[in-house]
Amino acid sequence: MKKEGQIRIPSGCAISAMISKEGTRMSGEKIIESMIPMHDRSNGLGGGFAAYGIYPKFKDLYAFHIFFDDKVAKEECEKFLKDRFEVVLSEVIPIHKIPEITDVPLIYRYFVAPLQSVLARLQIDENEYVARNVMTINTHLDGTYVFSCGKNMGTFKAVGFPEDVGRFYKLDEYEGYAWTAHGRYPTNTPGWWGGAHPFALLDYSVVHNGEISSYDANSRVVEMYGYKCNLQTDTEVITYIADYLLRKQGVTLEEMASIVSAPFWSTIEKKSPKEAEQLSYLRKVYSGMLITGPFSIILGFTGGIMALNDRLKLRSMVVGEKDDKVYIASEEAAIRVMEPEAQNIWSPRGGEPVIVKVKEGVLT
Amino acid sequence: MNNMYISPDYEVIRNMSRCITCRVCERQCANEVHSFDPDGNVMISDESKCVNCKRCVSLCPTHALKIVKNEDTLRENANWQDATIKEIYKQANSGGVLLSSMGNPKPLPVYWDKILINASQVTNPPIDPLREPMETRVFLGKKPDHIERDENGKIKTDLAPQLELSVPIMFSAMSYGSISYNAHKSLATAAKELGIYYNTGEGGLHEDFYVYGENTIVQVASGRFGVHEDYLNAGAAIEIKMGQGAKPGIGGHLPGAKIVGDVSKTRMIPEGSDAISPAPHHDIYSIEDLRQLVFSLKEASQYKKPVIVKVAAVHNIAAIASGIARSGADIIAIDGFRGGTGAAPTRIRDNVGIPIELALASVDQRLREEGIRNNVSLVVGGSIRSAADVVKAIALGADACYIATAAVLALGCHLCRTCQTGKCNWGIATQRPELVKRLNPEIGSQRLVNLITAWKHEIKELMGGMGINSIEALRGNRLMLRGVGLTGKELEILGISHAGE
Repeated sequence: MKKEGQIRIPSGCAISAMISKEGTRMSGEKIIESMIPMHDRSNGLGGGFAAYGIYPKFKDLYAFHIFFDDKVAKEECEKFLKDRFEVVLSEVIPIHKIPEITDVPLIYRYFVAPLQSVLARLQIDENEYVARNVMTINTHLDGTYVFSCGKNMGTFKAVGFPEDVGRFYKLDEYEGYAWTAHGRYPTNTPGWWGGAHPFALLDYSVVHNGEISSYDANSRVVEMYGYKCNLQTDTEVITYIADYLLRKQGVTLEEMASIVSAPFWSTIEKKSPKEAEQLSYLRKVYSGMLITGPFSIILGFTGGIMALNDRLKLRSMVVGEKDDKVYIASEEAAIRVMEPEAQNIWSPRGGEPVIVKVKEGVLT
Repeated sequence: MNNMYISPDYEVIRNMSRCITCRVCERQCANEVHSFDPDGNVMISDESKCVNCKRCVSLCPTHALKIVKNEDTLRENANWQDATIKEIYKQANSGGVLLSSMGNPKPLPVYWDKILINASQVTNPPIDPLREPMETRVFLGKKPDHIERDENGKIKTDLAPQLELSVPIMFSAMSYGSISYNAHKSLATAAKELGIYYNTGEGGLHEDFYVYGENTIVQVASGRFGVHEDYLNAGAAIEIKMGQGAKPGIGGHLPGAKIVGDVSKTRMIPEGSDAISPAPHHDIYSIEDLRQLVFSLKEASQYKKPVIVKVAAVHNIAAIASGIARSGADIIAIDGFRGGTGAAPTRIRDNVGIPIELALASVDQRLREEGIRNNVSLVVGGSIRSAADVVKAIALGADACYIATAAVLALGCHLCRTCQTGKCNWGIATQRPELVKRLNPEIGSQRLVNLITAWKHEIKELMGGMGINSIEALRGNRLMLRGVGLTGKELEILGISHAGE
C-alpha cells in the first residue's frame, strides 16, 4: 500500500483550540480532554497538537521536531544539520510508553540557529533559510521527517487517537499560551506518523477538518513558489498558502481569509467601492489560492490563532469565550470540556475569520 | 483522357411521392444542384455539385429530400482509400494544391474523449448550483508577483489591463470577409449580451460594429489588413495572430471575389484584389521582434488594452509559450490542430500541428516550472466542442477557451467544409447578398446566447459535482481528471492519472 505523499488520502476530522489573550501559559491537559467527546470524529489513524510558548528558554532558536525511521537516517540528518546550523541542544522528545501507541519511530528535537556565514552568502533571511532546508530534508533524506520547525512552539503527532497521542507525548507537562489539536479520520490506513496533523512550517501550524475540492489547483500554484507538496494533504497545502501569503507576500490575516475563503462576487459588489476594490483585487491576483470544498481550519502562529471556515460553511466550527480565553472546536461539547462556563458560543459564518491575538507586549 | 471522372461524394434521394415541385430546393441551393425539368414536370439533381450542407433537406416543406453517401465507391483498399484516390485524380486533373475548410476531419486521437471528470462522494459534498452560488467569472491578463501598499497600508489596486468574462468562453477569430456581415453582427451582439468577447480576425472592424468595442478583440495579423489607430483602440484587447491551428506555418488568402464593397473598405484594400497574408509577420522573424510588436501595440493603445499572442500548437509549443510569456504579452492563445478555418491547404490542415490537449498540458506545466504562469493567461481553442471540453481544458490549466466551429454551428453551419467556395447556403461563410440575408442576426445572436447559456449551466453542474463553487478552483486542478485508454507517456504529458489510480 502506498504511503501518504505517494497518494492523496482524503480524511474527515475533529479540531479544537484554546488561547489566552493575556498570554497566560496553560498546560496541555484541557486540550487533550477536549478531544475525548469528539472521539468518533477520529478513527485512530492520526492525532496531534500544536503548542505555542512552550520553549521560553530557547525562544530565539528554531525547535526542530524530527521522526527518524532508524539510526542511519538520524546520523545522515544530523550531519546535514551540522553543516548548516549551529545545534545548541539535541535530545529525545520525552514519551510515555502506552499500549495505544505502537510502531514508535525515533523522535528527537534539536534547538538550532542558522549558520550566519551561510545566511550571508545566500542573501536570504533566516526564516527562508530554515523553510528551504526543511523542505530539502523532507524531500531528499529518506527515513527523516521534520514535523515542526518554529521558534518557541512545537507540534506533537502520532498514529493513534488524539487523546492517547496527548498522553503519549506528556503534553500535560508543557505549558503554552495557545494550543490546537487534531483528530484524524483518513479514508485508508497509511499508518505513517508524518501524515498525522497538525502540519507546520516555521511557526505556522494548521489543523484542518474537511476535504478541499481545489486541492490540485492550490498545490500546483504553491509548487510554483518553491514549496513541495510531499504529503499531498489539504493541511500541508493550506499551511504553504498561509506561509506564502503571510510571510512572503505580507498580506494581513484578514486579507488572507478573503483570498482563501473569498467572498462571492455578488457579495463583493454590495460592499463600499473602496472595500470592493480591495477585495476584488485580492481575488484576481491570488485566484489560484481560493480554497473550495468543505474546511474548517485553525491556523496557529506566534502570538495568535485564526479560525476560518470555507465560503459555504460546509464544516461545523464553533467559538466560545471565558474571561481572557477563547475556545474553538468542531463541536460545542469540546469547548464545554475545556471550559464548562464558556460564554458567547457562536458559529462563525462561512469565510468569516476569527482572529484571536495575545495582547501586545505580553510576549517578549 | 483529360479529366478523370470522379463520382460524386453524395447522392440526392428525392421521394417523388412527396415532392410537390415547389422548387424551394432549387432556390436555396447556391451550388445549383437542383433544377426543374419542365418536360417531365419533375425536380432533377446534379449531384456532382452537392456538398451535403443540408440546406435543401432542412427547408423542403414535405421532407422529400435525403442526402446520402454515394455507394458508388472504388474497390475497397485499406491503404488506398476512396478519398485518397479521388484526391490524386483531382490533382492530376488540375495540377493544384487541394483546398479544404473547417477543422481536421481525420480519425486522429481526440484526447478530450479519453479524459473523465471527477465527482464528490461521501468524503466531501457535491454542491447543487440551483441552490448555492456557483461562480464562472474569470479575469484574463497579467497578475503581479507581489502587492504594494500605499502610505495608509491599503493595497494599491492598479492592475495590468484585464478582460473580464462572465464565463470562460470567447468567440474565436473569424474575419469579416471570411464570414458575412450578419454572422459578425450575430457574434458581436451575443458577446455583448453574454459578457464575453468575440474576435474580428484579420479583416478589420466594420464601422457599424465599433459600438460593440467593449466586447471585441481586434486582431493584427501578418497582412495587417484593416489595422489603424482607431481600430486598435476600438476593442477591449488586441490579438497578434502568429499562427492558426488549421494551418500552422502558412498565411491566408481571401480571394478577390470576396473583396467586395464593405469588405474591401474594412480591409483597406482595393475591390477585387486578393488579400494575401504572408506566412510570417515580416517584422517578426524572432522572439525579440515579437516583443517589439507587443510594445508598439501597447504604445498605440496607451497600455490600456491587454495584448494577446495567438499561436498554433506545434511541436515546440512549451518553449515558444515560455518565450511569449516573457515578451510582454498579457495572454497567450493556443490553437490546436483540429481548429477550423475558412480555407486551408488540405495537406497542411490534416498533417501539421499537434492536439490542443497535449499542447495545453505541456505549456501550463512549463510556465509553472519556470515560475511565470502568472505573467500570462492561457486561452485555448481548436477544437472545444462542449461544456465538458471547457471543464477539462480549465482543469488541465487553461484560463478560458476560444470557440468558433461550435459558434458557427449554432448559427446554422452544417460543417460541409466548403467555406472556401464562398457559396455558403446558410449565409455564414459568404459575401453574396442573397445568401447573407438568410442569416438573421437577431436570431443568430439569440442562438449563440442560448448555446453559451446552456454550456454555462452544464459547467456549473460539472463543477458542483466536484464540490467546486468557483471556476478558479478548477483551473489547473488536474486531480479532477483521469485518463482512459491512454499510454503512460500520454498520461505523463497530460499530467493526469489513469482511471482507477
